[in-house]
Amino acid sequence: MSIDLSQFHQVFFEESFEGLDIMESSLLALDLSEVDSEMINTIFRAAHSIKGGAGTFGFMQVSSFTHVVETLLDEIRGGERSIEQEHVDLFLLCVDCLRGLMTDLQAGTEPDMSQADELKAKFEAILAGESPDAANSESIEAKAEGSENTSAADDTSDIGWKVEFIPCEDVLCTGNEPYRMFRELQDLAEAENGSVEVVPHLERLPEFSKMHPEMCYLSWTIFVRAAIELSDIEEIFEWVVDDCDIRYQRLADADLSSIEAHHSPDTEETSDQAEAVAADNNNENVSVEETSEIDVAISETPAEKIEQVTEKLAQAVTQQAKKETSVAPAKAPSKTAAKAAENTSIRVSIDKIDGLINMVGELVITQSMLGQLGQEFDVSRIQRLQEGLSQLEQNTRELQESVMKIRMLPISFAFSRFPRLVRDLSKQLDKEVDLVMLGESTELDKTVMEKIGDPLVHLVRNSLDHGLESAEERTANGKSSAGTITLNAYHHGGNIVIEVKDDGAGLNKDRIRNKAIEKGLISDDEVLSDSQVYDLIFQPGFSTADVVSDVSGRGVGMDVVRRNIAELNGSIDVTSTPGKGSLFSIRLPLTLAILDGQLVKVGEEVYIFPLVSIVESIQLEKSMLNNITGNQYVMQLRNDYIPIICLQDIFNIDLEKKDLEGAMLVVVEGDNEKIGIVVDELLGQQQVVIKSLEQNYQKVDSISGATILGDGTVALIVDISGLNNRPLDKNSDDQTQAA
Amino acid sequence: MTNAAQQTNNDVSPGSGSEDEQQYLTFIMAGEEYGVDILAVQEIRGWEATTVVPNAPDYIKGVINLRGTIVPIMDLRSRFNLERVEYSPVTVVIILKVETERGERVMGIVVDAVSDVHSISDSDTRNSPELIEDLNTEFIRSLVSIDDNMIILLDVQRLLTIDKQLLNLATDVAADNE
Repeated sequence: MSIDLSQFHQVFFEESFEGLDIMESSLLALDLSEVDSEMINTIFRAAHSIKGGAGTFGFMQVSSFTHVVETLLDEIRGGERSIEQEHVDLFLLCVDCLRGLMTDLQAGTEPDMSQADELKAKFEAILAGESPDAANSESIEAKAEGSENTSAADDTSDIGWKVEFIPCEDVLCTGNEPYRMFRELQDLAEAENGSVEVVPHLERLPEFSKMHPEMCYLSWTIFVRAAIELSDIEEIFEWVVDDCDIRYQRLADADLSSIEAHHSPDTEETSDQAEAVAADNNNENVSVEETSEIDVAISETPAEKIEQVTEKLAQAVTQQAKKETSVAPAKAPSKTAAKAAENTSIRVSIDKIDGLINMVGELVITQSMLGQLGQEFDVSRIQRLQEGLSQLEQNTRELQESVMKIRMLPISFAFSRFPRLVRDLSKQLDKEVDLVMLGESTELDKTVMEKIGDPLVHLVRNSLDHGLESAEERTANGKSSAGTITLNAYHHGGNIVIEVKDDGAGLNKDRIRNKAIEKGLISDDEVLSDSQVYDLIFQPGFSTADVVSDVSGRGVGMDVVRRNIAELNGSIDVTSTPGKGSLFSIRLPLTLAILDGQLVKVGEEVYIFPLVSIVESIQLEKSMLNNITGNQYVMQLRNDYIPIICLQDIFNIDLEKKDLEGAMLVVVEGDNEKIGIVVDELLGQQQVVIKSLEQNYQKVDSISGATILGDGTVALIVDISGLNNRPLDKNSDDQTQAA
Repeated sequence: MTNAAQQTNNDVSPGSGSEDEQQYLTFIMAGEEYGVDILAVQEIRGWEATTVVPNAPDYIKGVINLRGTIVPIMDLRSRFNLERVEYSPVTVVIILKVETERGERVMGIVVDAVSDVHSISDSDTRNSPELIEDLNTEFIRSLVSIDDNMIILLDVQRLLTIDKQLLNLATDVAADNE
């Protein structure tokens, strides 16, 4: 029986990346002065799962590399070594390295092993240099891999115990886990500088189809090569001694030759995998049944049944991917696994799904009520009809909201990379930085989240590099030596606001001004308000850093940040107080799928302006109008001059030119520039669902998408920033006639 | 010709004829009969008002809402540089669907009237004569004659690929911007 493992690769990669994230965040959270052993365990388990998975899927580069990482972790976990800053740094490098390897493997390219080999050498140096007996203290799987067990056996073969452990079939149902006993046994032996070898017996195994997943068909012979009292061993098996057949024998008397017979290479591989799975299971709290199921699979005659084991493994991995700790049907090959290979997936909490199901239930009730009403309708029941319709409206709105919520993820997904980033950067720049993250549970659409990541990274880097001063400078200015960067997210109206705040020097207005003059962005004598000056930093090619550093300062950043945010229909503002710090605040729509729109009529067509970009709507008066260069009109609105455009000119619609005087004008703002758009009529405001024009057609300039109105017709959504960035001379031949 | 004529007698019945036979939906435009692969036809609708798309080529009449999907509508007469006519109640829109590298693409074409369904074997088709290569002959896959009528078989894939024209359009716009 063979199975194509490649269909599970995607799941393995997803799991592994998750494992790496866990490792990274735990490493960063690790307090060296007071090490939390649970944290170390978490890191170890993550590393172990990756190793096990990589081995199963044949990514030997990854598994052998992870093995050394794991060995060191295991020693730390076992208390044989205390964890040092140096180790943490090394582990973090490993996480990066592994991530690189995985990315390469996922892309199907041969991974670059140079960094891995380098790190591996470092690990081996630590392991060898500081603990000569490292080889002896390796965990069971090291033994099972058969690297050094024979030599170890030779040294201590005359002392110790041979334990025949024949558990009853329902040992697993009583909550006893043989693997844990072996582990304890090993700890015991290692304390005495000894070793443990476990040889499984597979004779009692029934046919695969007759296996019961909750039954244990295995028995084991355990060779404990250490000077241990029999009572210590008996203690370990104390819980199961009543139900199981356990025989102890002095190792000196036992027939050693039987070991070699059992210890075929296949067994090694199987038990290695078994352990990997067992560790996975521990990690995810999978119930005992599943573990036993895998035990069962392993206990098939190794040589020809390994494939089945791997299948089990793959299923186990898939089940974890679903993050459901309940036992999935053993046979059903998961469809999600195959799908995951081509689609990106999203994890949705069960609460949200339940809420959705409730909502649909109510919708069905409303529908049947309305249906009944419709069958025997007369005018007297019109009030009930209206009630029913308003109930339907409410149901629909709630349903829409819940569906939208499915796409929402807490912003901690985007924030999670920053502790590492700040840690690395602050080291590199030799600054002391505290990172404070607030509002991490604020929810945001997944697509928006993915796109906001890079701009945020850029802002944080900038704040660290340019914003915060060095420790000496800070102390000299009477501030605490450690700077603080605060990331904050909160909902505000229909938007989410993300703030990046630092308590550094603040933006230097004079320097920005000088730089802008130097770059020719503004003229010498231009008078600018504070916010206008700050706004200059978003201009292309603008950087105030005196020294171009590795971190930032190439001046390609802020304009890209603004553009990325504008693409998401969002905006970015900066405020700054000299000496106190600066605050970048990003305002984004909660979702890209729905937009609050203002419907306007131009000629026969209805267009939609995003409500966020509308500043105001006014009726034009002659006194407001000014004609420049004969065909372009501007309007004076308070202190601003705003260009006036007609949509029919830009969109090349054949319409009679209208008198500008008395026309309705919608003033919109995009990319921080205001323009006035002449419309014929203002219709209502409503939420519209954004549909793609590109899917069946193509990208249209100045149009960001389409939507379907209540009457079933299509209306186009105007892209305000696109309008602003459109080449200005395009409508020079279609001149607007004024009064 | 006789061969082809015989085959049309049992044209719509499934399973008839040789293996390489394909069914074509034919429609009338300016007196000529055109055919498209029936597997590319999603549905046939009556003409309805469209929403005009800015700066579109003049053969794109606009977009409609097809059960939640935005579908562009192309006037095949103006696409083929034929004389335009007023749309009437019998004017139909054939919704075509093709697989492209970007995924499925749906578009409607406006034609005068739908005619028939024919089973046509590839061996009966003739290449269109080598005329001057222009935009219109580009969409013609082959010619076939049935009952003394010539049917022009269209390459739906090419018909729906407006990108090439877009390219031209884009360069025009770019030139405008200079």
